[in-house]
Amino acid sequence: MEAERNAGGERLLDVQGLTKIFGALKACDGIDLSIGKGEIHALLGENGAGKSTFVKMLFGALEPAEGRIFWKGEPVDIANPGAARHLGIGMVFQHFSLFEALTAAENIMLSLDEKIPIMKVAERARELSKTYGLPLDPFAHVGDLSVGERQRIEIIRCLLQKPDLIILDEPTSVLTPQEADRLFETLETLRDEGKSILYISHRLEEVKRLCDRATVLRHGKVVAHCDPRQETAASLARMMVGDEVAAVRRLEAPGGIGEALLEARSLSRPAANPFAVPLREVDLTVRAGEVLGIAGVAGNGQGELFEALSGEIQQADAASVRIRGRDAGRMGISGRRLLGAAFVPEERLGHGAVPQMRLSENLFLSRFKTDARSLLGPLWTVRAGALTKAAKRIVEMMDVRKSGEDPEAAALSGGNLQKFIIGRELDRQPSVMIVNQPTWGVDAGAAARIRQALIDLARSGSAVLVISQDLDELFEMSDAIAVMHDGRLSAPVPISEATFEKIGLLMGGAMPERHASEALEKA
Amino acid sequence: MMRLQLVKRPQHSAFFSAVSPLIALALTMIAGAIMFSVLGKNPLDALYYYFIDPLRETWSLHELAIKAAPLILIAVGLSVCFLSNNWNIGAEGQFIAGAIAGGILPVVFPDFQNVLVLPLMLIMGMIGGAAYASVPAFLKARFNTNEILTSLMLVYVAQLFLDWLVRGPWRDPGGMNFPETRDFHAFAILPELMPSAGRANWGIVFALLAAVILWFVLRKTLKGFEIRVLGQSPRAGRFAGFSASHMVMVSFLISGALAGLAGISEVSGAIGQLQPAISPGYGFTAIIVAFLGRLNPLGIVAAGFVLALSYLGGEAAQISIGLSDKAARAFQGMLLFFVLGCDTLIHYRIRLVGLSVAKTGETGAETNA
Amino acid sequence: MLESVLITIATAATPLLIAAIGELVVERSGVLNLGVEGMMVMGAVTGFGVAVTTGSPWLGVLAAILVGAAFSLLFGFLTLSLVTNQVATGLALTLLGLGVSGMIGEAFIGMPGVKLGTISIPVLSEIPYVGRFLFAQDPLFYISIVLVAGVSYFLFFTRAGLTLRSVGDNHDSAHALGIRVIAIRYAAVAFGGACAGLAGAYLSLVYTPQWIENMTAGRGWIALALVVFASWRPWRVLAGAYLFGAVSIGQLHAQVIGVSIPSQFLTALPYLATVVVLVLISRNRRLTMVNTPACLGRPFVPAR
Repeated sequence: MEAERNAGGERLLDVQGLTKIFGALKACDGIDLSIGKGEIHALLGENGAGKSTFVKMLFGALEPAEGRIFWKGEPVDIANPGAARHLGIGMVFQHFSLFEALTAAENIMLSLDEKIPIMKVAERARELSKTYGLPLDPFAHVGDLSVGERQRIEIIRCLLQKPDLIILDEPTSVLTPQEADRLFETLETLRDEGKSILYISHRLEEVKRLCDRATVLRHGKVVAHCDPRQETAASLARMMVGDEVAAVRRLEAPGGIGEALLEARSLSRPAANPFAVPLREVDLTVRAGEVLGIAGVAGNGQGELFEALSGEIQQADAASVRIRGRDAGRMGISGRRLLGAAFVPEERLGHGAVPQMRLSENLFLSRFKTDARSLLGPLWTVRAGALTKAAKRIVEMMDVRKSGEDPEAAALSGGNLQKFIIGRELDRQPSVMIVNQPTWGVDAGAAARIRQALIDLARSGSAVLVISQDLDELFEMSDAIAVMHDGRLSAPVPISEATFEKIGLLMGGAMPERHASEALEKA
Repeated sequence: MMRLQLVKRPQHSAFFSAVSPLIALALTMIAGAIMFSVLGKNPLDALYYYFIDPLRETWSLHELAIKAAPLILIAVGLSVCFLSNNWNIGAEGQFIAGAIAGGILPVVFPDFQNVLVLPLMLIMGMIGGAAYASVPAFLKARFNTNEILTSLMLVYVAQLFLDWLVRGPWRDPGGMNFPETRDFHAFAILPELMPSAGRANWGIVFALLAAVILWFVLRKTLKGFEIRVLGQSPRAGRFAGFSASHMVMVSFLISGALAGLAGISEVSGAIGQLQPAISPGYGFTAIIVAFLGRLNPLGIVAAGFVLALSYLGGEAAQISIGLSDKAARAFQGMLLFFVLGCDTLIHYRIRLVGLSVAKTGETGAETNA
Repeated sequence: MLESVLITIATAATPLLIAAIGELVVERSGVLNLGVEGMMVMGAVTGFGVAVTTGSPWLGVLAAILVGAAFSLLFGFLTLSLVTNQVATGLALTLLGLGVSGMIGEAFIGMPGVKLGTISIPVLSEIPYVGRFLFAQDPLFYISIVLVAGVSYFLFFTRAGLTLRSVGDNHDSAHALGIRVIAIRYAAVAFGGACAGLAGAYLSLVYTPQWIENMTAGRGWIALALVVFASWRPWRVLAGAYLFGAVSIGQLHAQVIGVSIPSQFLTALPYLATVVVLVLISRNRRLTMVNTPACLGRPFVPAR
């Protein structure tokens, strides 16, 4: 690797050969990286490339197995997050490290090493929020805030420690494109003040726009150091995923778009608990041969919609959910499965699968009713032989990599378990498929395979509904995209008319079509 | 300074699933030996009277079966609860409720005497236990009330109610004012299996039967799958289409019925009447039995005999070497502690890590305890 | 008359209050220790034993506190270091405590006890109606009130209290910030144990100065219910404890007055009241959901 010096800048951080091993997996394998003062440095890589593990070691939350870290030229040993903060390293977590039951100010206070009274903390937080254009109420309870607001708390909390290096882990994954733009402005201000930023992402466009240098990781190893502005999105993508990933093909459905297989009509649901979002008059239609994508910032009712459509929570009004033309609102999830629907929830471990149960048992979890004839024997006994055979079939179909004959679900990597869970449903050839976050935390190869499988299912004449926070994914897969905001669903935007800006505005709460139609109704 | 570090196993260890109860038993014996020496007794003598002496004679083996029967009956029921993550700790109360409900016939209707009496008593005992268990179950299913606390509170209520019955309305009219009911008549007595050899009655047969049936249900059937899924991951259970509140009722009714059966079997078998105290804490000891048997009904059969032995051994040690019979309770408590501690080995490897000496691959001093 | 009723209510309420306020701190840190009954009964037997052998009730109190804390650390070691199931381990602690205390206490059965005297504050205790109730009580009464105030201040007005609440709310976040989750929970568990031990000593040194096997009679469990009833708020624990004190004293007074209800039914009242109160409080889902520490009972294994 050629010498890494940014123009005239002194080195702030220098990492040599950092390695972390989990069991048999080398999550980080001899990573070298250096960051200069006043630089925004991108750490690029697909899910599972080792980015999060790497920064957790920098922040003292994980212990490296090998390697050295130099901070301002001195070798350092970062034993815990307190030590990292003491050095001047601040971190904004991807899955926020906030306390929902506490106020914003209390959250901030917990990460400060000095002892200052809460009112002072609130005051300083207010000042900072003004300086950087990050509006914030210090006395609001975090549990009541949106994800965007929560991220602001994280950032302000980090800035209050006056760090020299700020690490941001996938900060835009929870933001609308417009919110992301505002974040970039803040980050550029910080750089101009001489702070360094380590920016972790797998989104190429924003890295090209924002970052001065980039380090690319693949399978836990550094594959390149580069200047992202000199690269094209395509060349960056190649570095990131290698040549192993085939692009997803989205052909026209041979039979064209057919009849409506999944419908929701004025689907409403009160908030189940103080932290939940109510569903407000959701209308949607997915036809045979079609993929409908549902975009939205996390926590706008997507989970609630999934529960209502799947039948985990039943509706009072039978006609509010229709599956293959039958009123299904008052059916349970098993009844809806018997109508030909299949479901994949967002959480893999603990929702889509029982962590401590074997794959074959987890297959049984969603299939015992629909495949009762082949899987159940006399006296409701479970036919273990038939189960293992079916599990094997799915493992082969989806290329699930595992150790052992029939391992427990928790022993699989996220991507492989997701392939199994999706395969479990595809194996039934469902006519309606509802998937929440199909590739969340899944590596590039598995993600491509999953997306292709879902598109192929639609093209074979099924209706597929994909709920996702990943706009790239939705643009890649969908025939039309609707947006959830605050429990409402927008009218679908055909993919030919959809742009990031348009969808982003809807994600932020602008609902032009909706308002127009409501105005018409009222008139 | 040393510190424990747990390393999660990729899969649970089949080896430690099998041997962890044995390790726990061994550790309990060691701790017990230490306890006995502190009390000034020869530990080997004490352990002999606890664990060997009661096994030497046939009549004593019968006594063992009498003690083991209620423990096994209750514990297999509790295993259904604990596996489905429902914490019924009021089995002692359900045991008493079963004894009372079953006792209605011989106490209130002493003149109703025929072969139907005993089967009716057993059925009423089961219904009584199940009905009593349905109270905390309903409150949990309907209002999400903490079942641990409600089921336990009802134990005290049941004990006081029984106390009132045998001192008040149900007191034996010809019994010299002793707080006890009239003796059950011959048709209301649970027959002994081999009267010439010892006192063991049909209770142990019920216990073994219940264990085998529940083993089959838990291991081989859809219902057993449902119980385990809801216990390990309620969200995944809902995804499968199972109902958690339905399972609260089912598991409490099963365990309540079995505890009730144990109660009526005890009073119609070993005791022969109702008294203010009819159980030496079977309902609580059964919790230990359930965990020592690793919530597997067949394991519970073995565990039930081990704890029955500790009751008999407690009596034997008191008679022979003057060791307090209270020691048995302490012993049982220790056993559960060791069982739970050893179960950690099933899911984790345990490493001892030096606090000051850095080992290979671990940089620097570790300060997080 | 009113004042003496108040005083008897206080004697019934104080042990519940002390045990519950300790458990409240434990649960605020995210740990559910169901072993209160066991720790309490251990405190009762040690307090009695030490007081009788040394003749000093204060040494008895001190010993009870230490034994309660030590006993709770057994639970701490299993649930925090070995991540065993907290519900099962708490039950084990209770069964162990009842067993061990029965064994230790055998020597003390029937022995006359030593009573902790009352402390009257001059002048103030002369105040009509409430003077004796507030200012002429046993020392543990004062301690119980100080404990409530202290815990309330600690939890909501100190940095350490904030840290403890944060651990109970989200141990993963706390760990990510570098807060020592396990160490804090050990400290909370030990505090809860010390309080339970103290509450036990109250029973055997103030309430009924003698040793009776299983003399806690479910008070540890009622204390657990009080914490839920109080939705994890210290001053509400105080209110709840006095409410329960009133219920259990009410039955005594009813018997004295000669109400013709069998004594067993009256004795069962506090237990039934506990059930009723739990139902009432759990019906209000919003209240319980917002206040329950989010990590209550959940195991924590730090990834290193």
